[in-house]
Amino acid sequence: MSPEGIVSRRPRRVQEALLGYLLLVPALLVFGVFVFYPFLRNFKLALYQTPPFPGLPSHYVGLHQVGEVLTSSNFLQSLLTTILFVVMVVPAGLLLGLFLAVAAHRHLRGIAVYRIIFSSTVVSSVAVAALVFGTLMNPVVGFLPWLGINPHPPILENTTWALPAVAVMATWQFLGLSFIIMSAGLSSIPEEVLEAAKVDGATSWSAFWRVTVPLLSPTLFFGVVVATIYAFQTFGQIDILIGSQNAAYEHVNVLIYNVYTTLQINGNPGRAAVLSIALFLLTLTLTLLQLRFLERRVSYGI
Amino acid sequence: MAQIVYDHVTKRYGDVVAVDDLALRVDDGELLVLLGPSGCGKTTALRLVAGLEEVDAGTVSIGDDVVNDVEPKDRDVAMVFQSYALYPHLTVAKNLEFPLRQRGIDKEERRRRVTEVARTLGLEELLDRKPGQLSGGQRQRVALGRAIVRSPKAFLMDEPLSNLDAALRVQTRADIVALQQRLATTTVYVTHDQVEAMTMGHRIAVMDHGRLQQVAPPQELYDRPANAFVAAFLGSPGMNLVEGEVVTAPAGGWSVRTAGGDVELDAHLPAPPESTERKVVLGVRPEHLRLAPDGSLSARVLLVELLGAESQVICELPDHAHVVVRQVGDQPRPALGEAVRIAVDPAGVHLFAIDGTRLEGGR
Amino acid sequence: MAVRYLLLTVGALIVLLPLYLTVVNSLLPEPALAHQPPYLYPPHPQWVDYSTAWAGGSLSIYLRNSAVQTAIIVVGQLVTSILAAYSFAFLRFPFRRTLFVVFLSTLMIPFEVTLITNLDTITSLGWYNSFAGLTVPFLASGFGTFLLRQAFLQIPRDLREAAALDGYGHWRFMTRVAVPLARPSVAALAVFSFLGAWNQYLWPLVVTGNNNAVRTVQIGLKLLVGNNVSSVDVTLAGTVIAVAPLLLLLVVFQKQLVRSLTAGAVK
Repeated sequence: MSPEGIVSRRPRRVQEALLGYLLLVPALLVFGVFVFYPFLRNFKLALYQTPPFPGLPSHYVGLHQVGEVLTSSNFLQSLLTTILFVVMVVPAGLLLGLFLAVAAHRHLRGIAVYRIIFSSTVVSSVAVAALVFGTLMNPVVGFLPWLGINPHPPILENTTWALPAVAVMATWQFLGLSFIIMSAGLSSIPEEVLEAAKVDGATSWSAFWRVTVPLLSPTLFFGVVVATIYAFQTFGQIDILIGSQNAAYEHVNVLIYNVYTTLQINGNPGRAAVLSIALFLLTLTLTLLQLRFLERRVSYGI
Repeated sequence: MAQIVYDHVTKRYGDVVAVDDLALRVDDGELLVLLGPSGCGKTTALRLVAGLEEVDAGTVSIGDDVVNDVEPKDRDVAMVFQSYALYPHLTVAKNLEFPLRQRGIDKEERRRRVTEVARTLGLEELLDRKPGQLSGGQRQRVALGRAIVRSPKAFLMDEPLSNLDAALRVQTRADIVALQQRLATTTVYVTHDQVEAMTMGHRIAVMDHGRLQQVAPPQELYDRPANAFVAAFLGSPGMNLVEGEVVTAPAGGWSVRTAGGDVELDAHLPAPPESTERKVVLGVRPEHLRLAPDGSLSARVLLVELLGAESQVICELPDHAHVVVRQVGDQPRPALGEAVRIAVDPAGVHLFAIDGTRLEGGR
Repeated sequence: MAVRYLLLTVGALIVLLPLYLTVVNSLLPEPALAHQPPYLYPPHPQWVDYSTAWAGGSLSIYLRNSAVQTAIIVVGQLVTSILAAYSFAFLRFPFRRTLFVVFLSTLMIPFEVTLITNLDTITSLGWYNSFAGLTVPFLASGFGTFLLRQAFLQIPRDLREAAALDGYGHWRFMTRVAVPLARPSVAALAVFSFLGAWNQYLWPLVVTGNNNAVRTVQIGLKLLVGNNVSSVDVTLAGTVIAVAPLLLLLVVFQKQLVRSLTAGAVK
């Protein structure tokens, strides 16, 4: 090995490392400024109470604000609403998506058209979905009266029914994604295993529950995680359909919506920060719980 | 236990005819091999019996019943898939038990049968493992076990040995044959490996492009192939096929004139057919050829493959046709490129028309 | 068999019904909207609503703004993800694994916790109500980096070594070999980013001021609702205009979309 060989090898490795870091800089810059720094600062904000009038400095109150917010009836109702909402949307969205995926998982003629239709809601934006359903549920021009559903006050201002109405809309919107995920899961089950079940004497029903569903469990698990996060993030639909001026506002005030109104309408970033942390921890805990408990029951194939 | 009958069965996929007017009968207790190259329709034919594909024309019968419209689960047949298709999420014991549960057999009886099958196939130690933890050979045995456990009317096996390594394949082959003889269950066995077919089947049904070429016991298939395809497919290597023309031999009788020379046909054979078409295909197996200075064919040695107990000498005739000569024992091996003469044993000559059908001018 | 088709059709109808009814309503004259039972089919389609929505509702401006915002975000995410993924997949440097985990951790940090500070940051940078404010926080994607890194890792190492022997430096290898080979994943990421950016609501709402300078379609539609000037049928026409391009894209790019959405499911 010549001296030049030794000398030229080291700068090359250093060069490579430098290039490696350099290529990461753009993304890291964005992440640093707009993800990590805000995340950390959010904790700090939670400890400062915003003054009632703008212009005055906010003063440090430490955990007092945190405690105060978390025990407030506003927060607790928001929490309850959020949980109700998630419970309404997640199982329905996943089961319907599974049902559609199973129905479309055939080699029938023209099945591609059905698949596109079933996935279509995945492109519906928040505003579009909200407007579409807003019209459907409008007491005057909508379709509910025709179906015999005519609550007083009208459904989108109804304290009992506003949340389910939004849940129906969110479920519809989630169907596309749910269908796509479930279809992908179904495709990953080897065809021959299902044929073996057929030959072994299983009826369609029996084969579905004893073979398909267990083998689908990783996908179902993934779906539950995605659906939960999606439900927690549902915001725009509520804003458009109902809004903060609405009579039913308090009954659809899920945590994320609460963060928004507290920040923008009430101008209280301190409080909003606490709420956002609460939401974050809730999501994180649920996801971790799901990872812990559900993943254990998932059976991975070969 | 039952016979299986294909009565002029056809299966199409769009424009492609996968199984073409198949008429075949598998006797009760027989092990019939469906043999042929990839895409010949043998697997499709098997799946038609299982009910995993639907018949387009004709009927399939199991026992005395036509089963065209019967669901797979009600046909009482068991299938061993090429990929084994074990239930990945169930233990070996539960895999074996699965077919029994579907039939509502009670727990005690299920356990008894599973234990018995496990013992027969040497799976006792593996009962609590999942398929992902087993070797290929072990999985194969579980697949077999799952088929045996419910004593069906028939076994359908789709190339069950193709994923095993060579040594294991030989061993398992013998095990399957012994098992089938003991259980005396009608079995249809699909393979593309003619060695497997020859050693395992009571009869072999050779298929090509969806059509049945010939069905007969192995030795008959070997000695009297019904057409050139069967002749070339069986044997390793298969029968040599050389184009030629029938001419009158100088000493009376007939010869086939090939690029390498004239081959005399056995004197006691009947004369070739009357038709004016004199072009034929001459078939002769490597073991009926010999390198000899007085041989009727002249050729050049292309390659000598040494196989231990024997050698295969691949020769090239003047028209670039290849002919394989089998040498055994201590016959001298020729050199590459050497010009040689090949003697043909007239008793081993077969004649085929240009379209492949057998001519009864040869043996 | 017929039962299958029946089930499928019922499912399709349920999925399509809302949109279908929207289209029907958008074609009705205003008085007909309140008609009971509601029309399932427009007897005399009124296309004028569409031109009203287009002109009076400033939809063309909103669509343009959305297009610009989305384009910037998609390009930004593609570029930063390609660069970072290349680095993770082909280069060696200390703390590479740690840094990758750092990238992945951004997936765990949801938007609501960064919202407040980001608003402050954007405002103090003077980017309120501007395209910069709309797009810069989203120019990088942890998911995108993950997706492309997986794709790059599929490229056989032999190929990299052969290219190096042929004199391909990193830039040329990235642009001429790695990215083209990873094209399915790149396309999938593009579709995914596109959808995410186009459908953003909360951030544009917060960062857009009281004029149409950068107002996107989503926010614009919200205005249409509150606006008493435009009647329901016009609003709906606007909605249909807003969703039509996306539906078209879905039909064309269905495969890429499925691929990106299932990247995590089928490990």
